[in-house]
Amino acid sequence: MNWRARRTPRASNHPRLRSAGSGRSSLAPRNPVIPIPTVTTSPLLQVREVSKHFPGVQALDRVSLDLHAGEVLAVVGENGAGKSTLMKILAGIHRPDHGEILWQGQVCHFTRVGDALQRGICLIHQELNLAENLSISANLFLGRETVWGGALRFLRQRAMDRETRERLQQLGLDCDPRVTVETLTTGQRQMVEIARALAMNARILIMDEPTSSLSQRETEVLYEVVDRLKQQGVAIVYISHRLAEVQRLADRVVVLRDGRNAGALNKNEISHANLVRLMVGRELQQFFHKPPTSPPTAGTPRLEVRNLLYEKGPHTPVSFQIYPGEIVGMAGLVGAGRTELAEALFGIRRVSAGEVLLDGRPVQLRSPEEAIAAGVILAPEDRRYHGLVLQNSIRGNIGLPNLDRLSFLRLVARRREANLARAMCKTLAVRTPSIRQEVGLLSGGNQQKVVLAKWLARKPHLLILDEPTRGIDVGAKSEIYGLMGQLASKGMAILMISSDLEEILNMSDRVLVLHEGELTGTLRRDQLSEEAIMHLATGGQGAP
Amino acid sequence: MTLLTWGIGLLVLMALAVAGMLLVKDKEMRRVFGIFLLVLVLYGMIGLSNPAARTLVNHQRLSERLVWYGILTIGAGVLIISGGIDLSIGSVFCLSAVSFALLLSKGWASPLAIVVIVAGAALIGVLHGLLVTRLRLQPFIVTLCGLFIWRGIAYWLTLPDPLAPVRGLIRFVSFGTLFTNAVTTTGSASNVGIGERSQELKGLIDLATGYPDWPAVAHIPVLGWVTSLPYRFWLLVLVAGLIGVLLHASVYGRYLYAVGANEQAARYAGVPTERYKILAYVICSVLAAVAGMLQLLELQTVSPSSGGSWYELYAITGAVLGGCSLRGGEGTVIGMLLGAAILPLLRNLCNFSGLPDDLEFTVIGVSLLLGTIADELLKRRAAARA
Ligand SMILES: Nc1ncnc2c1ncn2[C@@H]1O[C@H](COP(=O)(O)OP(=O)(O)OP(=O)(O)O)[C@@H](O)[C@H]1O
Ligand SMILES: [Mg+2]
Repeated sequence: MNWRARRTPRASNHPRLRSAGSGRSSLAPRNPVIPIPTVTTSPLLQVREVSKHFPGVQALDRVSLDLHAGEVLAVVGENGAGKSTLMKILAGIHRPDHGEILWQGQVCHFTRVGDALQRGICLIHQELNLAENLSISANLFLGRETVWGGALRFLRQRAMDRETRERLQQLGLDCDPRVTVETLTTGQRQMVEIARALAMNARILIMDEPTSSLSQRETEVLYEVVDRLKQQGVAIVYISHRLAEVQRLADRVVVLRDGRNAGALNKNEISHANLVRLMVGRELQQFFHKPPTSPPTAGTPRLEVRNLLYEKGPHTPVSFQIYPGEIVGMAGLVGAGRTELAEALFGIRRVSAGEVLLDGRPVQLRSPEEAIAAGVILAPEDRRYHGLVLQNSIRGNIGLPNLDRLSFLRLVARRREANLARAMCKTLAVRTPSIRQEVGLLSGGNQQKVVLAKWLARKPHLLILDEPTRGIDVGAKSEIYGLMGQLASKGMAILMISSDLEEILNMSDRVLVLHEGELTGTLRRDQLSEEAIMHLATGGQGAP
Repeated sequence: MTLLTWGIGLLVLMALAVAGMLLVKDKEMRRVFGIFLLVLVLYGMIGLSNPAARTLVNHQRLSERLVWYGILTIGAGVLIISGGIDLSIGSVFCLSAVSFALLLSKGWASPLAIVVIVAGAALIGVLHGLLVTRLRLQPFIVTLCGLFIWRGIAYWLTLPDPLAPVRGLIRFVSFGTLFTNAVTTTGSASNVGIGERSQELKGLIDLATGYPDWPAVAHIPVLGWVTSLPYRFWLLVLVAGLIGVLLHASVYGRYLYAVGANEQAARYAGVPTERYKILAYVICSVLAAVAGMLQLLELQTVSPSSGGSWYELYAITGAVLGGCSLRGGEGTVIGMLLGAAILPLLRNLCNFSGLPDDLEFTVIGVSLLLGTIADELLKRRAAARA
């Protein structure tokens, strides 16, 4: 994909089309004509000793950092270290309790999101923030619609749709700008968020785990975007739990631990070991826990799928097996239909033809309820939408799918529920003041741990994990891999959908690769390589 | 009761409410204490405005009104918790009152009539629920149609004129109190047209009321009053208790909350969400029918055109005041009861403070608005303090 060739004629667009927001101030930095020096001596933005307290947690404790134009600053730290909180302060969403923020050397107070936006500080949130029943283009232009007719402010729908389409194509996404966001997959939604931020022509672009729901291909596109913006002198703050990305992109790294500055690394110091040491405060002995040998793929498979056709699935039937004790990875690009297939196995999507056998017995799973009763469990990908009841407590969320075991005469045994929640939180190292905490207030990674906790507590026969470590820090990832290895060694079959190639390569006994919904190949462990997976994921057949 | 004991009692309760608001950690319970305080303030205003408001008669009247409002509000509240809404409550209320009258006037035995009507209301709930879940129609629309349809049927059923007085055990239950005593002036079994009573019924009443003018209880200030509250009030307590256990202690309740708060997450957790949504509609319609039958028993008459009109709005208002969020997944039974108490108290306030009757709706509207604003401000302050 060539950026320069496809570049939008943005500058020429602007004089003609007045943007709804730009009428307010000529300060708005979305005009890229202003030359920005790539090398500046004084930082564009300085954070000095900023603190922030939430009930029960000191989210930030005297954190400082500098940000220069034209650099990529990576901010890393464990789940709940305070990264997102700091970014929300920069974006004017939270106000700090103490400390100050300097914009080009001047102390400034952001009291509204508008204050930050006006200076060109733009935040791509960790959690998606799109209006689901509005169209893509309405979302992209939300708050800065292109209008005509002066005070009447009629929408230039056609022009907005056109620009939306161009911006999406730049990101390799070919969608109708008029379709509603709810029809998109999580990865596509993430790309829409990124497109929206790019359309604002920010001077500081903060990306809070932008790649957590993107696959390799989309991630590459994002890298290109980051490189290009850097050239243009945009300062970028990049938050990620994928350390390989940090190594690839960052010019400097700031590490947070428990809400404090835990250290900083310059470009030449950035290494996996250094990052982990600063984040976790110790060396991680073993990251991927996987016995060197795969379990035998003989005998009765735990799950056998024969010629399966399902609602909105591909036209060619899908067949595969998973044996007890196996961890089978499922790879593919965003939108390859991995989640859809998982949903068909979990009874959410209607199956129109074919057979599903569990331990050799044919079963018909028509609802999640039946699937769970048969011992199949899906830990879904979108935690906020499918995975959690955000207003409820951690205890309530972990209890929810386990109430059959936690009740007596259909009355909830609250103490047993609390014990289970406490035990699971301990196993997965969920960072929270108490199990009564509202799940919506946890940091993103801790929310993901609660999703896993509620399902792992059930000890299913077949566990389908959709992006299990999305947004989870290295320490906890290693815990989860350990747990997966343990569960598999006890005979559980695990189907793991993941866009993290490293994870797929290191954790899977076999890998199923999907392309546009169709199963393009199965790779055994000895056949696994990044190239082989990418070849199949982009529609190639057989061996590369 | 003297003004002094009344005042002291009220102040103690208010202190309790304030303490609860300040000390209790749980967000939801704090809110309940807030509503409790509001109810007490209203009650205090009424009591201070007129000595007549502090008599047992007025308390009996209030508790009677609270019964319908409470039952309707609990029904609406359960539904709102599960993420639904029902605009047909008033119509179902009316239809069940009319058909109850019709069945009784045709000489049906009252228990049979009750069973038939409860079953009918459950069917209505199932119908609403199926339309919402299977056809994915919006609850607002479905129950808006219900509002017209069920009232239309109530119109169409013609009642004999005049209605035969409702006889038998039913009438006794509807008017009796736990213990009759000397202070009781209205609403007790002792002055419900004794002449009408059949002989065998008299024996039953004597058995139930047991100790006419039971002095030991009658003259203890609080207990004497509590025991002279009408039976129907205890029915409300029973309903609230049952629904409270259902919502707050049982798996069903958990699922209802989960469905309301995040239907997708509940579905992924293996909750048969459709069944629970239907269940909520059934509870709502059945409770509306129960309230309708109770009103018929009390008023001895029902008008197909005005019976139960506006009640859906009263019920929803009560539930929302009581802490049920229209987004679903929030609310408590105790909150609903307190929310339900606000409307009868406001009406009572209008009666006693000499405001013109015509302003009643305005007063209700303004107070609701003020209550909502206060709630929002408190919430913001809590968020800012955090
Ligand atoms: N609105 C809030 N109310 C209460 N606590 C909060 C709130 N927002 C964040 N916290 C808490 O503050 C701490 C820091 O959270 P933050 O989201 O900044 O972490 P993070 O570093 O972004 O973690 P992750 O990598 O998991 O996204 C966490 O313990 C979190 O539970
Ligand atoms: Mg975060």
